[in-house]
Amino acid sequence: MSKVQLTNVRKTYPNGAEAVRGVDMEIESGEFIVFVGPSGCGKSTLLRMVAGLESVTSGQVLIDDRLINDVSPAERDVAMVFQNYALYPHMTVRGNMSYGLKNRGLPKAEIDQKVTEAAKMLRIGDFLDRQPSQLSGGQRQRVAMGRAIVREPKVFLFDEPLSNLDAKLRVQMRIEIKRLQRRMNVTSIYVTHDQTEAMTLADRLAVVNDGKIEQMGSPIDLYNNPATLFVASFIGSPQVNLLPATFDGQHLISGDLKLSGFGDLPTSTELVLGIRPDELRLDESGPFLLRVDIVEQHGSDNLIYGGVLGAMNDGDQETEFCFKTSQDMLPDLDSTLKLGFNDERAMVFNKVTGERLR
Amino acid sequence: MKQLNWRVITTHTICIIGVIFMSLPVWIAFATSTHSAETILRNGLQFWPGSDFLPTYHEALFVEGGVMKSVLGITMLKNSLILGLGFAIGKVIISMLAAYAIVYFRFRLALPLFWIIFMTLLLPLEVRIIPSYEVVSGLGLLDTHAGLIIPLIASATGTFFFRQFFLSVPDELLEAARLDGATAWGFFIDILVPLSKTMIAAILIIMFVVGWNQYLWPLIMTTKEENYTLVIGIKQIYQILADGGELPQYQKAFALTILATLPPVLVVLVFQNWFVKGLVESEK
Repeated sequence: MSKVQLTNVRKTYPNGAEAVRGVDMEIESGEFIVFVGPSGCGKSTLLRMVAGLESVTSGQVLIDDRLINDVSPAERDVAMVFQNYALYPHMTVRGNMSYGLKNRGLPKAEIDQKVTEAAKMLRIGDFLDRQPSQLSGGQRQRVAMGRAIVREPKVFLFDEPLSNLDAKLRVQMRIEIKRLQRRMNVTSIYVTHDQTEAMTLADRLAVVNDGKIEQMGSPIDLYNNPATLFVASFIGSPQVNLLPATFDGQHLISGDLKLSGFGDLPTSTELVLGIRPDELRLDESGPFLLRVDIVEQHGSDNLIYGGVLGAMNDGDQETEFCFKTSQDMLPDLDSTLKLGFNDERAMVFNKVTGERLR
Repeated sequence: MKQLNWRVITTHTICIIGVIFMSLPVWIAFATSTHSAETILRNGLQFWPGSDFLPTYHEALFVEGGVMKSVLGITMLKNSLILGLGFAIGKVIISMLAAYAIVYFRFRLALPLFWIIFMTLLLPLEVRIIPSYEVVSGLGLLDTHAGLIIPLIASATGTFFFRQFFLSVPDELLEAARLDGATAWGFFIDILVPLSKTMIAAILIIMFVVGWNQYLWPLIMTTKEENYTLVIGIKQIYQILADGGELPQYQKAFALTILATLPPVLVVLVFQNWFVKGLVESEK
């Protein structure tokens, strides 16, 4: 039960590369925070600075109001789960889980008790005397979590822990992590590039881009009210449809298309209209004419991809839309669909700065 | 099918010729060592074993004046073992520590230092044998086991092998250990050493054989008979044979030769699995 506080945290590598450019964040006790972003955005660096595996160039990292910039990783009382598990290959599961406790000089009986307890919680009690090489990926990941749990740390850190697992196991483990975190109520920071993982796990989500926090908030808040073009396009699957446009004072203009229902937008800059695939609907009087390219059947719903006829193109690329609809909607390829959208829920961004205007 | 048979026969013939070529001298040395001095003097080298196996080897190993003036064969065997083991263990310890420092402590001189260590591969012991002798003699370590072993235990080869191995150990293991509160020493002892088990075994084996076969350094370092190693003993026994007026004891010289080859062969035979494992794979 601890809060974590980052104040203007920066990381500059000796070669001048800036990995983290000023991050401010307050994480409440027991909160599950997910850092999500594309690879190389600095999210892992940020996590590793909290762990103490990377030095902090400037700014402050506090756990429970204690400044820990120069405190060694072991004394920060944090535990980390790595992507490749990082289990000690020559030790048994029991050895792996008790190593940290042994280093802290706990009596043997107490170590045994804690290890047994954690193993029971993670359902790895039967494997305690096996070596990591004899375990499957999911079991290894459980052991790695067990190693973190037995320490009873103030903060759990997860660095893309599920990336090495296959899709089915990933979903299982995701649920298990969430359940475990609820039960233990330990402040957790979780790094991932997978936005489904991010959406489902997080109490609050921090979208990281280019070393900065683009936006932070509850997953549904970020989905409904993205503050920037980046957040809008990163959160949500399938991705938000983006249409380059300009504003002439009354209408949004995109190529031959004229969209009404918008007002109070700057006329001088290039804009981007964002419409979520599930905000589109069949509408004979709608503005978009979609030429059907691909129909993906996902079971409960179908995703129809195609080019938007007459729309302004983004460079050479034809503007493509994705239309999310019910499973009985199966148009022929190369046929056209007339689509309308809910202009209340449509988003408009400044194309250059990415700032949300509406 | 016929063609395949020919191929099998050819390759086997080549291998068998190779085996004979390499092992025949050893066999002749052994067979000759089991004959009496008179037979050897009269009829030369022997191909079939004779009847003097027990008395010759007993005398060579356990009887005073059997091979040297005073020192026993078994004492020389012991000296060789001390040199071989000390040499191998010392090299493993020193080179592991050096590699650990070079790989895990990112001090500025790590890379240049590594290359300097690596370059000493180009300088064999013979190049520095006079200064080394001077240093050991200045320390008063002549004719001691310590003086025999310590100047030899720095190892560029070992450092290189351990460095390459440590570089292949994933960084996350170190990070996990740091979070688990392991000290620098703790990480070395608890994680790196157990992980390097097969590597250590392989280097121990190679270095034991190299140390056992050391010739020039012990020859220069030891003046007293009781410090002779077997390899030195072989050389000295021929000298004694040439000096003395009595019947040359060739069978004992051959017996010493066989005794000197046995331990390295045994070590390699017994540990060959570890040896191969250490060089080709690693558990990570």
